[in-house]
Amino acid sequence: MQSLKTNFSDLEAIALKVREHIIRMSTDGGCFVGASLSATDLIVYLYAEFLNINANNLDDPNRDYLFLSKGHDVPALYGTFAELGLLDPERLKNHLSTSDHIYWHPNTHIPGIEFHSGSLGHLPSVAIGVALDIKIRGGNNKVICIIGDGELNEGTCWEAVLVANAYKLDNLIFVIDRNQFQANMATEDLIPLEPLHDKFTAFGAAVKRINGHSFDALHEAFSAYPFQTGKLNVVIADTVRGKGLPSIERRADRWFCNFNAAEVKDLLKELHGERITQLTSETLVVR
Amino acid sequence: MTYEELLTETALANDRYIVMTAENRALVRNIPGKLGNRFIDTGITEQTMIGAAAGLALRGRIPVVHALASFLTMRAFEFVRTDAGIPNLPVKLSSFIPGFLSDGNGPTHQAVEDIALMRGIPNMTVFAPADEQDLINMLPQIWAHPNPSYVRINTRKTDYNHSPFELGKAEVVAKGTDITILTYGLLFEQALIAVEILKNEGLSVGLINMRSLKPVDEKAIVESSQTSKLVVTLEDHFQTGGLYTIVAETLLKYQLTAKVLPFALNERWFKPSLLPNVLEYEGFTGKQIAEKILGYNTQSVQPEILTPQFSE
Repeated sequence: MQSLKTNFSDLEAIALKVREHIIRMSTDGGCFVGASLSATDLIVYLYAEFLNINANNLDDPNRDYLFLSKGHDVPALYGTFAELGLLDPERLKNHLSTSDHIYWHPNTHIPGIEFHSGSLGHLPSVAIGVALDIKIRGGNNKVICIIGDGELNEGTCWEAVLVANAYKLDNLIFVIDRNQFQANMATEDLIPLEPLHDKFTAFGAAVKRINGHSFDALHEAFSAYPFQTGKLNVVIADTVRGKGLPSIERRADRWFCNFNAAEVKDLLKELHGERITQLTSETLVVR
Repeated sequence: MTYEELLTETALANDRYIVMTAENRALVRNIPGKLGNRFIDTGITEQTMIGAAAGLALRGRIPVVHALASFLTMRAFEFVRTDAGIPNLPVKLSSFIPGFLSDGNGPTHQAVEDIALMRGIPNMTVFAPADEQDLINMLPQIWAHPNPSYVRINTRKTDYNHSPFELGKAEVVAKGTDITILTYGLLFEQALIAVEILKNEGLSVGLINMRSLKPVDEKAIVESSQTSKLVVTLEDHFQTGGLYTIVAETLLKYQLTAKVLPFALNERWFKPSLLPNVLEYEGFTGKQIAEKILGYNTQSVQPEILTPQFSE
């Protein structure tokens, strides 16, 4: 049972710092800013409140797991690690340097990263393997897999739901970062996903759909874990791509961003409520 | 002419062409409005896209399909082999950011076994252009050919003026009696630099742009190996299954041998970073290539390497 916490100002402060880290990583080669900002609150909530994962228990087989499947939102994870003591914040300055291992997708050179990702639709199945072993051994660890909504185009995501249902993996939670966009366009304009809640329910999962930027809503949903005995848990977190930066929020042409130094300076101010940044850097950058 | 302009022109002139993508639109951004229902984006579904391409080809179409190189060749491998390879259907694969061009993405996005995989499929043809002009020169013949094809898309602009393309033939840039460098793809740029440095050191240096890896120009391989004291294979690919392997297979076929120095990724992925840093870190700049061949440092200066621009 989770705490009956009602004040999340501490998490809001962490999330703001994480967003600052993301913005600072979005220059000199850039990163996937929009998806990182949509997943920030989710990731901060899960590490700070829900999961039993910290710098001292990474080798403990009884700790929890979080698999970041879409992968290109890894700046949000690194920012969270930096704020929660799993990663030296100084290392974030090594983004894209050959002297470190901090690049556009997660890799296990960074302690706390469970598995490399970047090829979509892989980690739902890897998470199933971990959840199955926990079941076999009778453990109580929780296993989370964060999946992008665009990523749900890949058939392996749905195979994973079928298999998780078959093996009654109620220790597994698929969290969908439902930011409504894939690389080039809105999901519903290309390969429609809705009604998403009904799809997962029809595949046998216990589903909650919530505001992925509300710590209250996140806490209420995750406090109900396991949602139903013998069923895969699915949380559809409705989010906004680019959340926190109105200048790029919900913009199809701002997927991968490589901002210049002046833009970064202005975006940091924009994050803190100052005026909207006039962006001049290249749009539609594809990586 | 750009890749997108050529594809648009080709497809508008011949309605057999269908342009497909697994939501990788960098190369085809303006095509949807021009081709109407002959543009099909299947979303992030590489396997379904290839299967659907085979179905379209079954009906007489020529699908030109797009995805990142690693997912096109590996995620969809069995679909390529089984649905395009076995029936020998003209499914035309255009692979985006192959080899070092995936720069900072990491191993998941590094297609450095694509040549090995694709050339292992019966009926498949395999090509790797040195730059945008080389690419534009070769595509009309590749797309008009009845077999399935795999092209490592390389849209980097260089000022090198290529000779006309002939399917199955390499481009012999220069002949040399001391060293011949065999290469393909974006490393052609670095090979040109290496050749200059080696020539300045008084060596007779040949350079061959392989272009067509399957069918391969066996004559170019055999001749250079027998007339040069050293053959260098230079590729942004695993050492297994790529050009080094092709040279070995070719020499063995003709009961020949040669001294061969491979530049390739031997049992490892490359360090993710921006392209100029990747080349430097992995030892693939022209200057580093020349110095490894020579066994000593030179006074040469490596020209700045421009990062690729994939945005539109």
